[in-house]
Amino acid sequence: MTGRRVVITGVGVTAPGGIGTKNFWGLLSEGRTATRGITFFDPTPFRSRIAAEIDFDPYEHGLTPQEIRRTDRAAQFALVTAREALADSGLELGAVEPHRVGVAVGSAVGATMGLDEEYRVVSDGGRLDLVDHEYAVPHLYNYFVPSSFAAEVAWAVGAEGPSTVVSTGCTSGIDSVGYAAELIRDGSADVVVTGATDAPISPISVACFDAIKATTPRNDDPEHASRPFDLTRNGFVLGEGAAMFVLEELESARRRGAHIYAEIAGYASRCNAFHMTGLRPDGREMAEAIRSALDEAKLAPQAIDYINAHGSGTKQNDRHETSAFKRSLGEHAFHTPVSSIKSMVGHSLGAIGSIEIAASVLAMENNVVPPTANLHKPDPDCDLDYVPLTARDWRTDAVLTVGSGFGGFQSAMVLARPDRNTTA
Amino acid sequence: MSTQVVVTGIGIVSPNGFGTEEYWDATRASRSGIRRITRFDPERYPSKLAGEVDGFEVKEHLPSRLIPQTDRMTQLALVGAEHALGDAGVSTEEADEYGMGVMTASTSGGFEFGQGQLQNLWSQGSQYVSAYQSFAWFYAVNTGQISIRHGLRGPSGVVVSDQAGGLDALAHARRLVRKGSDLILSGGVDAAICPWGWVAQLTTGDMSTDERPDRAYLPFDAEASGYVPGEGGALLIMEDAEAARRRGATRVYGEILGYGSTFDPAPDSGREPTLRKAIEIALADAGVSAGDVDVVFADAAGSPELDRIEATAITGVFGSRAVPVTAPKTMTGRLGSGAAPLDVATAFLAMRDGVIPPTANVTLSPDYDLDLVTEERHVPVTTALVLARGRGGFNSAVVVRAVDWN
Repeated sequence: MTGRRVVITGVGVTAPGGIGTKNFWGLLSEGRTATRGITFFDPTPFRSRIAAEIDFDPYEHGLTPQEIRRTDRAAQFALVTAREALADSGLELGAVEPHRVGVAVGSAVGATMGLDEEYRVVSDGGRLDLVDHEYAVPHLYNYFVPSSFAAEVAWAVGAEGPSTVVSTGCTSGIDSVGYAAELIRDGSADVVVTGATDAPISPISVACFDAIKATTPRNDDPEHASRPFDLTRNGFVLGEGAAMFVLEELESARRRGAHIYAEIAGYASRCNAFHMTGLRPDGREMAEAIRSALDEAKLAPQAIDYINAHGSGTKQNDRHETSAFKRSLGEHAFHTPVSSIKSMVGHSLGAIGSIEIAASVLAMENNVVPPTANLHKPDPDCDLDYVPLTARDWRTDAVLTVGSGFGGFQSAMVLARPDRNTTA
Repeated sequence: MSTQVVVTGIGIVSPNGFGTEEYWDATRASRSGIRRITRFDPERYPSKLAGEVDGFEVKEHLPSRLIPQTDRMTQLALVGAEHALGDAGVSTEEADEYGMGVMTASTSGGFEFGQGQLQNLWSQGSQYVSAYQSFAWFYAVNTGQISIRHGLRGPSGVVVSDQAGGLDALAHARRLVRKGSDLILSGGVDAAICPWGWVAQLTTGDMSTDERPDRAYLPFDAEASGYVPGEGGALLIMEDAEAARRRGATRVYGEILGYGSTFDPAPDSGREPTLRKAIEIALADAGVSAGDVDVVFADAAGSPELDRIEATAITGVFGSRAVPVTAPKTMTGRLGSGAAPLDVATAFLAMRDGVIPPTANVTLSPDYDLDLVTEERHVPVTTALVLARGRGGFNSAVVVRAVDWN
């Protein structure tokens, strides 16, 4: 099964400020932000009281009452978004053997929202050590083990092939798509419905990021609180959402006349083996992941037209990855537009990697690079072209998208047109 | 020809044995680690038994700075990883840092740690939530902590597919080796024996309420009444055979030869379950026929409907009573993502010693046409099939085979 190439033929997005691919791209290309003061619960006791929330009604998106009862919000995002991706692909799944269709859903924190709510009930507000099983909801196990997300998506699309959740913290959304691509390359599947979802805006998540001061306390200015690469940045803004894709083997996608957004041309992950939350400023392991992804894509650094950055807006991250881009791409890093959509849609942990893949393929589709919003005063240590404030018309045939996550995970993916010229 | 992926080291933490030889001795002798729960008072819950890892004093095994930032499952995993690397005789300092990675499976993350922090949050307030909550409970934590502790910087990952995830992790580790990594530390170690984890599992309705440790978990028995959870698992050192030779590895347990994975159709679809398909794919991937398989390590769910599906799949592929089937997990309880890697490790020990370990306490129901091994059986074992299923419909199968190394 060597030589099998993998392409994206369907895209779905559920993001803050943009449910559906079209609305999502509208937000990005106009440089609008979807960050706001938290409305899901009373944020008064917290240090950071801002989030990028989605106004999402599962009924409106066609989920049945029973689907809603048994699923956490993150699973609901995955379901709605997978259906959009499948419809977008135009693939008739009846035409594919069900066991040749797989599912790989990324998620960093699973059903955190549902677990937080249900814990509060079974513990009676934290009072009971021996939590009360008689108050547990019937589908609590689906929250306990988030592979239920993959199960829901598999049922929704009729997949009977290899199915799993990939959970590598904040790189989950790149790693799940990378995992899915491997399933097709090694012949385990012909089609994989993949992507990532997370819905972490709950008191326990907000509290734990408060404790390490990872999220921004810019509470008086929520619309402009996510400020990647800006000198005044002081942490990320928690977000939520999902992006899902249909991945197919290139030749069979061509045979059925599918619209091909991009090839998963290269993918690699590395660990920094340094610290669960800390990053060394040199960006060494991320640079190594980028080099390895370029090798797999058989592309030279000069072929990269756009870098979709992790750009979380923490002090350490933005320096770390700026170093990684220079280290891996050399001089070309200075001539390549780099942007962080987290400035607009926040940081949805495991989901964001897939949402950023969606932004990357839409940049290729439109030959427009989305901007970094709120970037007024660049950090002198962040000295690349970050496309401040306004989207840019830009010929985009190959994109590098990267992620960096707790646990030390560093991932890189190269998306490119399948008919590109390669170095090999 | 694909790269040969061999297993050169094993680290086991199991309720019936801490460390490989202690586990293997207990398993061969049908000694169980299932007992009334001691980690919390189970009296108020309908299910009261679990397979608990006994006598684990974390301070004896890990530096003190790691203890407050880790859940029990991570503590057990770190010890398992150390044992596996030691067993393989790998010196991680001398190897290519990007040539080695970590690929684990998790089911519910560090759930006990999470319970503690949720309790701090809701009983005291948000400022009482630990800074370690940002990573200590999440699904990726074991891979991250093992990577940091041993300086493994290569391709790494984490999968969550309930019990099937333990095999999915090994299969992906094999992919990573085939793509060019020299060594991947892979498997799973799980633990969620805390009230919050218990309540989550009780909602399945599939946990046994029998209070007798030798009668509660009886897969393939007419009296099967559900499962007993446990904690622990196994981590394996998987290497490119060429790389293992280069570094002078002296002992190889065997190779990961085949893998198949399927997902069951929705319960109301009217379509057949797909475990049999997963087995067929794994055998084809391994390039072996059913007749080559010397033993099947069953998933052994312990509830009549799931046992019937598994028995039907096994007899469908192999024929009636045509292959020995065993379930040593009757002595440990179901270990989440740790279960299948432990079965794979056990299969290698079976090959080493020419012994199929028994299924404890079970009298085979006449409904199943299986050759269930209920007492230690001395036969040569060259090829084994390991099955694992996850709640919701995940099915995975792995074929392992002995390797003539010297």
